[in-house]
Amino acid sequence: MNWDLIWSSFGPLITGAVTGTIPLTLASFAFGLVLALVVALMRLSPNWLLSGIGRFYVSVIRGTPLLVQLFVIFFGLPSIGIRLDPWPSAIIAFSLNVGGYAAEIIRAAILSVPKGQWEAGHTIGMSRPQALVRIILPQAARVSVPPLSNTFISLVKDTSLASLILVTELFRNAQQIAAFSQEFMALYVQAALVYWVICLVLSTAQSAAEKRLDRYVAH
Amino acid sequence: MSLTNDPSRQPRVTSVLKARGLAKAFGSNVVLRDIDIDIRRGQVVALIGPSGSGKTTVLRSLNGLEIPDAGTVAFGSGDSSAELAIDFGAKVGKKEVAALRDRSAMVFQHYNLFPHMTVLKNIIEGPVQVQKRPRAEAIAEAERLLERVGLADKRDAYPFELSGGQQQRVGIVRALALKPQLLLFDEPTSALDPELVGDVLGVIKELAEEGWTMVIVTHELAFAQHVADEVIFMDGGVVVERGPAAEVLRAPRQERTKLFVKRLQHDV
Repeated sequence: MNWDLIWSSFGPLITGAVTGTIPLTLASFAFGLVLALVVALMRLSPNWLLSGIGRFYVSVIRGTPLLVQLFVIFFGLPSIGIRLDPWPSAIIAFSLNVGGYAAEIIRAAILSVPKGQWEAGHTIGMSRPQALVRIILPQAARVSVPPLSNTFISLVKDTSLASLILVTELFRNAQQIAAFSQEFMALYVQAALVYWVICLVLSTAQSAAEKRLDRYVAH
Repeated sequence: MSLTNDPSRQPRVTSVLKARGLAKAFGSNVVLRDIDIDIRRGQVVALIGPSGSGKTTVLRSLNGLEIPDAGTVAFGSGDSSAELAIDFGAKVGKKEVAALRDRSAMVFQHYNLFPHMTVLKNIIEGPVQVQKRPRAEAIAEAERLLERVGLADKRDAYPFELSGGQQQRVGIVRALALKPQLLLFDEPTSALDPELVGDVLGVIKELAEEGWTMVIVTHELAFAQHVADEVIFMDGGVVVERGPAAEVLRAPRQERTKLFVKRLQHDV
């Protein structure tokens, strides 16, 4: 074991996390959540066309592997004339993926808010969009934090797939050092450790968010 | 001191609500059949009847939470000049429903307070967010109303920290803060523990004495007799009997009303 090499590899791995994994995760999750809210509202719409499109989208995203989605966007689209760089490709693929999964979470969370809350909003004069934003979504947020945190933590790890379309992130750095030094075991365990630490931090943040959103619920 | 000591807050004396021919069916299940209701300014109308009689559906139709299949609802300042008329037989637009809701406020059986907002925020949400009144003014009004129902110290509490009776009093204040022409109560005490019913009925009684126009769906017959000017007994989606409270409740003419009143009085 080349301990000096192992020790000095943490630098590039953490750099990969900070400049690759983390921004990729944050951007994809943010775009994905916006998309998910739109898709959730489409699925809840009385308009059969809108809800049909929403249902179709969720079905495709959940029914196909993320790696395949990533490859279609990065390697597939150029054959129909759309050429995207690795970063945009990765952000688009991950956002679409998060959008599909989180849409179902948000839809369920909205449905979990009692109908009487919509009615109370309407009787104080609110329109549907107003009641959604002021009354329903804040309550749905509380319900959706645990499952959305799951999605978020999965996404951190899923971004390692971006290494396959040449995005420089944590895992790609680990692969390169491992190939060069032949220290496969050490480097991949190190990479695993860095992912794990990121996810531990996120779990702590999740607990804090849950606690904050639970302040108006009987314990 | 009254809940509404400012005369500008008193509903205008001349306005009326007039509902004609309200009808609704869910599939083959007819829930309302040709319901007429007239409400004069300052009048308290109690809707009574067994569960499934359609009384709650009537109440909810008056502010568009239910859209009847047919019938009309008109708010107006007299018989001839209706300032708002909605024909449910035609296609009812969002604006019409919004205009209907502007004129009334609802108190729910299960309070339906917003659990993520403090008591104060529950009350000022409508005035500030919907009616665009100045926040400071809305807060002052809310505090005054809270004090009046004995809940000034609960201003910053969340609904889950309150008893059912306290929540319902906040529900009433939330409705009053909208300064509606018409207050609608949907079985306001049915979800309360018996020892908490009195507080809520006391508040409603005061509102009646102050001249608020109210429609109350209730099972509390003694209370209805006490506060209501008119009692409407419904069964099976039709109005079976209507008249002054004392007449309908003490000396009902219809057999179905007699049975209902007798049964409820036995239960008590």
